[in-house]
Amino acid sequence: MKTTDTTIDFGTFWEGVWKENPVFVMMLGMCPTLAVTSSATNALVMGVSTAFVLVCSGALVSMLRYLIPKEVRIATYIVIIATFVTIVSYVLQAYAPEIYKVLGVFVDLIVVNCIILGRAEAYASKNSVLRSVVNAAGMGAGFTFALLCLGAVREILGSGTLFGVHLFSAHFQPWLVMVLPPGGFFVLGGWLLLFNWLKQRVASAGTLQEETARAQ
Amino acid sequence: MSVPSNGMAPTQTSSAAMIRVLGLVAMISGLLIVTAYEATKGTIADYNRQQLELAVRQVIPGAATIRTYAVAGDTVHLAEPGDTNRFYAGYDAKGKLIGLAGKAAAPGYADLIILLYGYNPKCQCINGVSVLQDHDTPGFGTKVATDSAFLANFTALDARLRPDESAVANPIVTVKHGTKRHPWQIDAISGATISSTAVGTALRRGTGSLLPALMRHLAQIEAQR
Repeated sequence: MKTTDTTIDFGTFWEGVWKENPVFVMMLGMCPTLAVTSSATNALVMGVSTAFVLVCSGALVSMLRYLIPKEVRIATYIVIIATFVTIVSYVLQAYAPEIYKVLGVFVDLIVVNCIILGRAEAYASKNSVLRSVVNAAGMGAGFTFALLCLGAVREILGSGTLFGVHLFSAHFQPWLVMVLPPGGFFVLGGWLLLFNWLKQRVASAGTLQEETARAQ
Repeated sequence: MSVPSNGMAPTQTSSAAMIRVLGLVAMISGLLIVTAYEATKGTIADYNRQQLELAVRQVIPGAATIRTYAVAGDTVHLAEPGDTNRFYAGYDAKGKLIGLAGKAAAPGYADLIILLYGYNPKCQCINGVSVLQDHDTPGFGTKVATDSAFLANFTALDARLRPDESAVANPIVTVKHGTKRHPWQIDAISGATISSTAVGTALRRGTGSLLPALMRHLAQIEAQR
């Protein structure tokens, strides 16, 4: 599996954030997206943890890509991903134990997040270490961005706070449903609507520019 | 197995090569995990110790001194490193025993729910519970640590021993929300039945195994020996 394209540009990073955003475009990693975004802090920690696993596993898979036989590639990728998830789990237990308690089992479940295995199989196993790292960082940033979008809205509406800071007066009545599971679906639906509308606008603006250029 | 378009059979990787690669990856993984474990174990242990001390002080309020004991067979002694089956005794400033605390655990929805319960030997009742580990569904299962109505079950939960002190007279049990009739019953949280039941099971198991031994040696514990 040799790589032919060795160029690295901003697009390699940006496609994970926008064009191929794992949550808003590819609809991957929905379990943590809906489960742990009841607050912005939880969303940020889960996003950064997943991004760390994405980058590190992408780098190691890419480093070992010529050695790993295709027959055992999935088992190997899972071992590599599980290693970095275990490291994240230890680090969170040591330095962010309260958040670790809240995230609970979802930290360990990063192992089965299809974004990570998907990147290892579709990208890291076919590209250079640097390209894999940049692409994984873009995907991680895109995932963190999406989780933050959900977490921020749910926390503001459901608790009246953002990162634990109170935003409204004492008269504010929290919209409790937003921090409950149904709130995750409502907010995800709203963000998907906005994201798709923005993408369509960008696409139609591009088409208009092309037509204008052709006419001239 | 599909045959490539050039007509040649696909090359098979030998078992030895696969084992070599898997062995190499396992070795790298092991090295990374052990490094992370060694780097964080001190901090994690410190945090767990602090949390345990906080929990003990929460379930034995007003304790000036905490002593850790261990039960071994039919004897009770001051705990030493490596001792399992530990419990904690809290004394006031004058050295009088004011409460005991023990750990209890039972499987919840996602993982073991581990808690610490306070035991008042005077009323022979559980007078406080602190959840040490709960990985159940956030917002539902985790309510066992925060729901004030549920925690009110543990202000004086009956855990009296039989007259011969061989076992708890009325094993603690969790009942459906709104059906609590007896002082040894726990009123479950509606919507978190599995976690509530796990708390009841943990307390039933914990008190069942610890309290008979503990009450037999109460004089020794009161004398801080």
